[in-house]
Amino acid sequence: MTATTEIAPVVSARRFAGLREFWHYFSQSRGAVLGLIIFVLLILIALAAPLIAPHAPNEQFKPLFLLPPAWSPGGDPRFLLGTDPVGRDILSRLIFGSQFSLLIGVIVVTLSVLGGITLGLLAGYFRGWVDVVIMRIMDLILAFPPLLLALVLVTILGPGLINAMLAIALTLQPYFARLVRAAVMSEKNREYVTSARLAGAGHLRLMVLTILPNTLAPLIVQATLCFSDAILAAAALGFLGLGAQPPTPEWGTMLANAREFIQRAPWVVTFPGLCILVTVLAINLIGDGLRDALDPKLKRS
Amino acid sequence: MKFAKTLLTAAALAVVLGGSAYAKTLVYCSEASPANFDPGTTTGGNDYDAGARTVYNRLVEFKHGSTEVEPGLAESWDISADGLTYTFHLRKGVKFGTTDFFTPTRDFNADDVIFSFMRQQDDKSPWFTYLPNLSYDYYVGMDMPKYTKEWKKVDDYTVQLTLTEPNAPMLANMAMDFASILSKEYADKLQAANTMPDLAAKPVGTGPFVFVDYQLDTTIRYKANPDYWAGKVKLDDLIFQITPDATTRLQKVQSGECDVMAYPNPADIPAIKADTNLTTYSMAGLNVGYMSYNTTQPPFDKPEVRHALNMAIDRDALIKSLFQDAGAVAADNLIPPTMWSWNKDVKFDKYDPEAAKKILADNGVTKIDLWASDRSRPYNPNFARAAELIQADWAKVGVTANITTEEWTKYRADGKKADRPGAFQIGWSGDNGDPDNFFATLFSCSAVGVSNYSSWCNKDFEADIQKAKTNSDMAARTKAYEDAQVIFNKEAPAFLLAHSQVYVVTDKKVTGYTQDPLAMHRFDNVDVTE
Amino acid sequence: MLRFFLNKIALIVPTLIGITICAFGFVRLLPGDPILALAGEHGVTPERYEQLKIQFGFDRPIWEQYLKYIGDILHGDFGTSIETHRPVIQEFLTLFPATVELSLCAIIFAIVLGIPAGIFAATRRGTVIDQGLMGTALIGYSMPIFWWGLLLIILFSGYLHWTPISGRIDVRYFIRPTTGLLLIDSLLSGQKGAFQSVVSHLILPTIVLGTIPLAVIARQTRSAMLEVMGEDYVRTARAKGLKARRVIGLHALRNALIPVVTTIGLQVGVLLAGAILTETIFAWPGIGKWLVDAIFKRDYVVVQSSLLLVALVVMGVNLIVDLLYAVINPRIRVQ
Repeated sequence: MTATTEIAPVVSARRFAGLREFWHYFSQSRGAVLGLIIFVLLILIALAAPLIAPHAPNEQFKPLFLLPPAWSPGGDPRFLLGTDPVGRDILSRLIFGSQFSLLIGVIVVTLSVLGGITLGLLAGYFRGWVDVVIMRIMDLILAFPPLLLALVLVTILGPGLINAMLAIALTLQPYFARLVRAAVMSEKNREYVTSARLAGAGHLRLMVLTILPNTLAPLIVQATLCFSDAILAAAALGFLGLGAQPPTPEWGTMLANAREFIQRAPWVVTFPGLCILVTVLAINLIGDGLRDALDPKLKRS
Repeated sequence: MKFAKTLLTAAALAVVLGGSAYAKTLVYCSEASPANFDPGTTTGGNDYDAGARTVYNRLVEFKHGSTEVEPGLAESWDISADGLTYTFHLRKGVKFGTTDFFTPTRDFNADDVIFSFMRQQDDKSPWFTYLPNLSYDYYVGMDMPKYTKEWKKVDDYTVQLTLTEPNAPMLANMAMDFASILSKEYADKLQAANTMPDLAAKPVGTGPFVFVDYQLDTTIRYKANPDYWAGKVKLDDLIFQITPDATTRLQKVQSGECDVMAYPNPADIPAIKADTNLTTYSMAGLNVGYMSYNTTQPPFDKPEVRHALNMAIDRDALIKSLFQDAGAVAADNLIPPTMWSWNKDVKFDKYDPEAAKKILADNGVTKIDLWASDRSRPYNPNFARAAELIQADWAKVGVTANITTEEWTKYRADGKKADRPGAFQIGWSGDNGDPDNFFATLFSCSAVGVSNYSSWCNKDFEADIQKAKTNSDMAARTKAYEDAQVIFNKEAPAFLLAHSQVYVVTDKKVTGYTQDPLAMHRFDNVDVTE
Repeated sequence: MLRFFLNKIALIVPTLIGITICAFGFVRLLPGDPILALAGEHGVTPERYEQLKIQFGFDRPIWEQYLKYIGDILHGDFGTSIETHRPVIQEFLTLFPATVELSLCAIIFAIVLGIPAGIFAATRRGTVIDQGLMGTALIGYSMPIFWWGLLLIILFSGYLHWTPISGRIDVRYFIRPTTGLLLIDSLLSGQKGAFQSVVSHLILPTIVLGTIPLAVIARQTRSAMLEVMGEDYVRTARAKGLKARRVIGLHALRNALIPVVTTIGLQVGVLLAGAILTETIFAWPGIGKWLVDAIFKRDYVVVQSSLLLVALVVMGVNLIVDLLYAVINPRIRVQ
């Protein structure tokens, strides 16, 4: 599920002149711009959820179970996309679900990036046995298929959204660690670093302030990849019943409860999956655009 | 005229003989894998469908479609006047099935009967613990160790059971699945070969079908027992396709991959009834769905708290969400209205969240554990959804419910523990048509830790059900049970949900199927027309 | 070449040890008592508890327990399933071929469709066809496959009745497993219609499992082709007058395939992860479904051992892919 951006040889990030130049390259891809628009819309929906959702996501409107969408016979205009088996409005749950999906993406990526940067910096900068130990552990994590590892971790930690996020963050972290390590190793011997060191900069300063900013480009691209992976993985765990627990309106969890209604009420199945697809698609489009803009050697368009 | 008749007969013969060239196979989409094939050690309907009712027989059997008993492996029986001695006259010439792992050398006789029962209580027998974590739940739950004074072999074909005290339902108990008759010869052989677990993995019995193969979690295969004492059944092959998802089960019957399925999703009932390619069987289930409070744990040891929790639940909406168009009757008593001794004057707690809120606040009840499982049962199609609805209802009266979900086998094992916290959703499908089977099995004092999920032991209730158990006078029994229901209603050890309608769906080419009120799925009288 | 091979082995040994430590530690990390978790027993008396403790070796120091664990594994003893009381390795070997068969079909599906699609898109770069293909690939790559599977079942099995609902083969065929790969076993059994039944049962799960690898391979092929087509030697060949197809076929493709093979190798982990979801939806009796069922049934012995076995399989396949890669690309052998 996760592709890595190329690690070796790492192409040095272009020191782009500014946001304008970046935007010029980014906007050349219509897909990327479309993705950005959708993503921004999603963020707005997530932020404005309490305002725009017609009902509370967990409010049960008994006995209006399994109403079809408003445009179908038997539908109710109060519940635009119908109701679920417990009488909750699907549209409202989808809207609030966007909060969860974006939150999952943000938290998981933040955790993975922080962890990965720390480990990558330490490994790439200090080399020696620090490097060996850290990289072996990263290899170990990568030896397991990510979903399997996440499943096992959730088994240990217990089901729930927070545990699912922790588990997924752990499985995605090695990608960042490797990336940062490789970038650090290649940047470490550049002139600007040497001159900074001669000027008296300490290890920490060198690592964080000098080298790190130049590794940002592949990091950002990887972050968008992991963002979409995190959403898919959390949805998968929710679908298996190990992620967000009912009544949380997470899109994957909504699908888990909907399987028995495939024949009778297919709208309960269709809409949550569609939301996941659109969200992940938007992020992947952005990711492609970013890659093209930041790293012309890997251009795809 | 005579010529035409001969021609007709010849034609008919040709059709019959030609038709029999094809093996008649029936595929049953079963809802769960059997834990194993030894009916003494298991408790689920799916376990019995796969083991007890295909491969085994009992001394007496339930008639198809009824709760009356008829002769089985016992041709006839005598009960002594004091109700203490049952003498069974066994059928002669009954053969155990021959499989590729065992060939019997003798017919069924009294030794097999005694072995099948005594191994479930004799702790000196190696068969008492032949599987890890083994417990003969039903044998204990029916109080067999308490009532069994002695099994005596009078001769090869006569066996006598002496009870310690009279027990009116005992004959019906003999028709239950735990009382299936195993082959002692096979057991001895396994013991000698040190492969005792095979008794539960590769069953040998006298029943209508012979076990062929079990592919874990996928397929169970049987073939008709050619030497069946009641005559070889019409089917040649029987296959169980294990399909836990109800939607998938229905899809398979619709597409022809399966011929019979049970426990459809309530949501699909209208579509099933409208489908002309399917035959739908439905009957009022001899079942009840309920939710046990742990009556030994404060604050749920107070009946008024339990009543308040009951009153807080909008039961009608709950039933509508769970059962939709499938038909379910809200339960006022533990036993369904179709059962004799049902007390029509007893009414369950009315929905009154305001009153409930006050009582719960006065007693300081703010939290409760709520249990759910992943298996769909006839008395509760979706524990998880029910839990969500109940959780929301209780939240409205200020009680926060924490839902714990577990897999079915572990669920029941954890649920019966004496220290299990909170409200435990469960239910029951009757085994023998006798109210004792509901009251005693589920709420007697001796069932605490076994199947009394409320850990409830009430001396008045206990007195009533014991009186009913020992007395064979119907009027006296009825009165005792009616009184028991009044006590149950007053003490509210559990929230009562509903009695549901049970359905079996078959392809229209399946003929002869009778739906059993005891939720068994039997195929010994079934035929398929091609 | 041999040195390369040995080097590779040396590199994975620490990871192998790490995997065994993880599997060993798994049961001890679970909440609750590990002895009870391994026994799966209920209502354990104190005497029985002591018995179990000795049986599982918990009375020994932890390093001794670990060595015992390793010793057991090397003897092929991966424990006994709590649920079925059968050796875990036996269940694994029974169920593993189903996953292998599905994964192989999925990856072949992905390669057979993905590489030509990628090449096609690369040669028609910037056109509607290219954008259409890559757009489809991106959608496939963004799909939650459990949802995708459910949709396909609704459409093809539910409405159209073109494909069966679940399982590997029509239940009426009783095939005793020889290789475990039903495509082969059904042909060997000679039963009429068995092979067709196996194929029809394989169609939807293959499509579902193969969707993401297909998308990834298509994209990767296209970008590799584009990169190669922009190289000097290709332009030279073109300038020399060689026909486009010949240029692509001989020179570009061979070099373009190298990163694609790497990608294919990376998909093994993806396939096994995807198998978990696909098998659950299609009731496919493979190790993915086995693992998920074991987690729900709290059969921790199975979870622990399948963790180990799956990781071992992934490592093994990665090793083979690395070796194949070294065969194709002599350059990396020297590194």
